[in-house]
Amino acid sequence: MARPRAKRRAEAAPRIDPGAARARAFWSGTLTFGLVSIPVYLYPANRRGGVSLRMLAPDGTPLARRYYSPETGEEVPFESLVRGYEIGEDGKHVLVEDEELAALAPEKSREIDLRRFVPADSIRPLYFERAYFWTPAGDSNKAYRLLARVMERTGRAGIATFVMRAKEYLIAIFAEGGILRAETLRFAGEVRTPEQIGLPEKPEVDRHTVRRFEKAIEELGAEALDPEELEDAYGKRLERLIAAKRKRGEGVVEAGEGAGAGEDADEPVDLMNVLKWSLKSAEKRR
Amino acid sequence: MAARAIWKGVIRFDAVEVPVKLYAAVEDRNVQFRLLDEESRAPVRQRMVNPATGDEVPFTETKKGYEAERGTFVVLEDEELEELRPEPSRDIEITRFVPPAEIDHRWYERPYYLGPDAASEQGAERDYFALAEALARKDREGVARWTMRQKEYVGALRPEGDYLMLVTLRHAGEVIPASALEAPGGRALAAEEVEMAEKLLSALEDDFDPSRYQDDYRGRVLELIAAMAKGRKLAAPAAAPPKAEPESLAKALEASLAQARKGKKAPATKKAPAKKKAPATKAKKKAPSAKERSRG
Repeated sequence: MARPRAKRRAEAAPRIDPGAARARAFWSGTLTFGLVSIPVYLYPANRRGGVSLRMLAPDGTPLARRYYSPETGEEVPFESLVRGYEIGEDGKHVLVEDEELAALAPEKSREIDLRRFVPADSIRPLYFERAYFWTPAGDSNKAYRLLARVMERTGRAGIATFVMRAKEYLIAIFAEGGILRAETLRFAGEVRTPEQIGLPEKPEVDRHTVRRFEKAIEELGAEALDPEELEDAYGKRLERLIAAKRKRGEGVVEAGEGAGAGEDADEPVDLMNVLKWSLKSAEKRR
Repeated sequence: MAARAIWKGVIRFDAVEVPVKLYAAVEDRNVQFRLLDEESRAPVRQRMVNPATGDEVPFTETKKGYEAERGTFVVLEDEELEELRPEPSRDIEITRFVPPAEIDHRWYERPYYLGPDAASEQGAERDYFALAEALARKDREGVARWTMRQKEYVGALRPEGDYLMLVTLRHAGEVIPASALEAPGGRALAAEEVEMAEKLLSALEDDFDPSRYQDDYRGRVLELIAAMAKGRKLAAPAAAPPKAEPESLAKALEASLAQARKGKKAPATKKAPAKKKAPATKAKKKAPSAKERSRG
């Protein structure tokens, strides 16, 4: 797929506050490949789509989400929230601390050991869940570049499991244009089979029907996906409505200085810039 | 036990009409924790409050707004949002058929199995399987559009074995392509290191077998919870000793390669690692791997 590659060289790494950029990383740890260690950061590769709306009070003040205890009605501050798991029916819970969960898989919580490399195109679509980018951390990006180079050249994806935030992930690591990407995969137990769903077995099909369908498929054949087809049509309509109302000055409210700002405010730092910065950052230090 | 269909529709293109049912192809098996109040150990609930006054605003009174500029909102009325909703429809319209590589996994969001809606019309089941076969024979995927539960979707209609699958796709702006980013640069890699890394990679070559990976951790979390419920503690698994840090990348590659050749690094379940044109290979009696062929 042709993608805009224009300005690539001209663009310097964007200026970014390293603290804020690091904060956007999901995870930091080490990819290992044999005895080679590659310190990395993990960033999402997907942006939140669509137009995000906030909940407002009738007078237009942006609202904040708060937790409260249904028994007392009192607000429970963030620091007093703990994680629990319900046992039995009488509403009893056991408390589970983050450290206890991390201790269940100490090595998997900071290291991703790539023990198998499989043909990159051999993973069935229904396994793919979500995409992330790896960016080099540490002092040198050499091992990162080396792994990316050989994976790309050989058309392989590395497979591994690791634990992040109380959940084990199966991932496939791909290299594309010198950049390492991770795709979380579903475990086999999460994927259903046609038999489990109860789909009927294939009967004898009518040759003429197959041929008629093949003709119809040819009729609508195209070599490429039209990027416009992936547009968010609802989001576009929403944008138009917002633009029209703004123009008319209808429903526009000033929430006042700092009213709820930053609460569930969206994407404090642009993900694309963070990625560009992070991919470059190990270079600078060497 | 058969699963329940979550939606019914009709695949349409050209003069073709195939009635289908939609089934979730995946199930999430996350361990469901709840947020509790530390003091009372009771689950907490959420409410929306006006941060200025601290008062709760009941959901029925809330409005939705778009922050056009910092602190400036455009309020959208429920009726206005309602009008933007798509018309309900049962059609799964196929706009074009493209080579499978055109829609790669970065766009995939959620997969669904389609099954024939046999009750809807005669021959629906045969048509369903004929369409799956036709798609497989032409090696094409359909770009599909449909509206389900008041939401518009774009998806890939693809054959999966004898069956049809519909994978919902992400919208255009949601995927950051690697091609929009610049790869980390630096001094050229040493040819020798590249070569060793390639050898190491081929020693670790294998097929993708999903059944090999279990979510062991989920089991351990549930075990921990069961033990805690009985007031017991679980012995924490011992952390693996830290690996010795080789002093250079070249040394690390060399040592890894030696290890891989000895098969030391291979997990117990794994078959013999592929021995690929290793010049001084000492291992003998291992059967040649099926993967020997794959590269040149």
